[in-house]
Amino acid sequence: MHSLVQEENSKRLGVPFYEMEDKDGIRAPYRRIADWITETGTELLGRRRDEAEAIFRKIGITFAVYGEGGDPERLIPFDLIPRAFAADEWSLLDCGIRQRARALNAFLYDIYHRGEIIKAGIMPGGLVYRNSAFLPEMVGFSPPGRVYSHIVGIDIVRTGPGSFQVLEDNCRTPSGVSYMLENREIMARMFPDIFSGGPVQPVDQYPDELLRSLKEVAPASCTDEPTVVLLTPGSLNSAYYEHSFLADLMGIELVEPQDLFVEDANVWMRTTRGPQKVDVIYRRIDDDYIDPLTFRPDSMLGVAGLFDSYRAGNVNICSAPGAGVADDKAIYIFVPEMIRFYLGEEPVLENIQTYQCGRKNDLKYVLDNLHELVVKEVHGSGGYGMLIGPKSTKAEIAEYRKRIVADPADFIAQPTLDLSTVPTLHDGDIAGRHVDFRPFCLVGKSIRLVPGGLTRVALREGSLVVNSSQGGGVKDTWVLRE
Amino acid sequence: MLSRVAQNMFWLGRYIERAEATARMISMGQRMAMLPGTHGQSEWTSLIQATGAEPPDGRVVTEADIVAQLILDQANPSAIQACLAMARENGRAVRSALTQEMWECLNEDWRYLESMDTQSARRQLVHILEWVRNRAAMFRGAVETAMLRTEGYYFLRLGGSIERADMTLRLLNVKYFLLLPETEVVGGGRDHHQWMSMLHAVSGLRAYHHHYGGDYAPWNITDFLLLDQTFPRSVAFSYSQIDACLEELEKNYGGAHNCQRTARRELDQLSHLDINAIFENGLHEFIDQQIITTARISKEVSDAYHF
Repeated sequence: MHSLVQEENSKRLGVPFYEMEDKDGIRAPYRRIADWITETGTELLGRRRDEAEAIFRKIGITFAVYGEGGDPERLIPFDLIPRAFAADEWSLLDCGIRQRARALNAFLYDIYHRGEIIKAGIMPGGLVYRNSAFLPEMVGFSPPGRVYSHIVGIDIVRTGPGSFQVLEDNCRTPSGVSYMLENREIMARMFPDIFSGGPVQPVDQYPDELLRSLKEVAPASCTDEPTVVLLTPGSLNSAYYEHSFLADLMGIELVEPQDLFVEDANVWMRTTRGPQKVDVIYRRIDDDYIDPLTFRPDSMLGVAGLFDSYRAGNVNICSAPGAGVADDKAIYIFVPEMIRFYLGEEPVLENIQTYQCGRKNDLKYVLDNLHELVVKEVHGSGGYGMLIGPKSTKAEIAEYRKRIVADPADFIAQPTLDLSTVPTLHDGDIAGRHVDFRPFCLVGKSIRLVPGGLTRVALREGSLVVNSSQGGGVKDTWVLRE
Repeated sequence: MLSRVAQNMFWLGRYIERAEATARMISMGQRMAMLPGTHGQSEWTSLIQATGAEPPDGRVVTEADIVAQLILDQANPSAIQACLAMARENGRAVRSALTQEMWECLNEDWRYLESMDTQSARRQLVHILEWVRNRAAMFRGAVETAMLRTEGYYFLRLGGSIERADMTLRLLNVKYFLLLPETEVVGGGRDHHQWMSMLHAVSGLRAYHHHYGGDYAPWNITDFLLLDQTFPRSVAFSYSQIDACLEELEKNYGGAHNCQRTARRELDQLSHLDINAIFENGLHEFIDQQIITTARISKEVSDAYHF
């Protein structure tokens, strides 16, 4: 069994960074995992994986895909083999993630107030003010604690032992944290032995820390213990499981828009005892659907008058409306500059080299090198509508080229990276598969970061797309103690 | 508690109960239709009528119709598949208010019926009906053994009890809609068999024996199903449950509501009524009146608790 792992690795030497082994053998953070794989054997692991899937389905940890036929509630494939970070690797990540979360919030405060970063000529104003996620309604308003993005999900990839890069930022309502918690829960339940001695830092304090962060940003007018609610679009939403899971663990009400109403500029929820005042709304619905009076009159979702109550300082909405500007792909390019500008620090985590097709020189380079680039729509998400040059046919590239030429400013391009791979169960064997990583940074009065996050894995050989909508899976992620 | 959550719990209770009661009602129809000489027609027709739906015009209702309309139809709120799906939807909307086992009960095999067409469902009809009853029993078990006795529990039980009262009343109505063939007499063999099928459907045969010995007089059976204070599927018993749930809720919330007054009055009436008087004044009229009152309580509950 052990030799299999080595054989697999030898095939990969030189190519992408394999996190479990290098030329000197098993890397330190993976020692326990490698031993465990050897002891258990892949056959048994395969069987246990099926058990794990049965548990997931029974509990109902699914994401919903309605209107596409097939099972409307799908399971994200769970790979049993954990992904591990050593303590020193984590301390680098920790530092870089917190830094980025601070800079992004400083940026949001700035663009909705004086716009210093634009005045300083660091960023073109049009990119911000003409951005569809920019909300003029937010100009001049300061949310409690000047925090806009309370949960920042930063997608990180790895290309070598010490090199981590940020793929994108998620400042609105990043999802996936329920998998971080459930994956650990399942692993601890099925394989308690590998956790013995406590080598792995726990993550189960996350809901508690989230609630604390949310309470810290209650409006100043709230003098009692704040009432926090989680606002979900409802049970047809793809992340509904996560919404109910988090509400449950925080012990707060899971409300739908129709459960809330505004009266006397305050927000109330309808309860069996009559109306109860709400102070903080952790919303998992998009800006457009928050308040039909302010944003989309055709919205069936939303709470009429909510935005006025927010601006009056009677309720806080997390994340703040308009926080999405900061995670736009066109803004992403400037995050390292933001870090220098607002924090006076050097970025700990690098960006990926990004070409803006809106720039003439960049466009020329991109069009000349489409076969080796990844091209994305600036406003797209979820892995849809992108071109992966090296994996595309000539016809596909030609087709995509037309789209870029038609509207260059709508596209960015990045080199295809040799994303690191980690051991993954595949057909009764262990094989390296590409992964990314999403930690969840909490911003309240202070910044909190649980040691861990969600590792997404591209289950198809060679695939770089880890999105669950595109056949990606998930893994438990370990941050080891010193 | 959010009003919507209370509402979901209430309807979760109702839909589970309705799915089970519909399964029981179909078992009864099946039993009645087995008797030689019937062609099944009026048995199946009366079943559809009793659920409150219109039987198809000018043609004979068959077992296939019943399977399609009362088991597989996803749009008919009386059909088992729709009830189970709505029970699950209500449960899913308030997942954090359910225990793990309750949710697992609702979630497991929830698409079992979806893959079936009328043909295959007919072939396994007995199995399906039993499966539905087992689901309901497991769910009830999960509720009784693990759920906190707080408002959510009482809303759930309240919904279940109201539905049970309603469905037992409708079960009795099947007999009313059922026309005896002209060659048969009231109290004759077929009549007798039909009354017994009713006891079978509510799993009350042995309990009935216990109370009345071997005497299958229609008024005794009606007395048992309507007024008995000890049989859990009787209307009077269901009302005592409704009253108890409402009392717990009022203790919790304080203040008296119309629903409690109506339920108490009804319970009082049921415990003093004489079955002979009911028959004299018309059983069917009495049952219809009870169905209306039960619906009124349901409405008054949602008014009282803002949903």
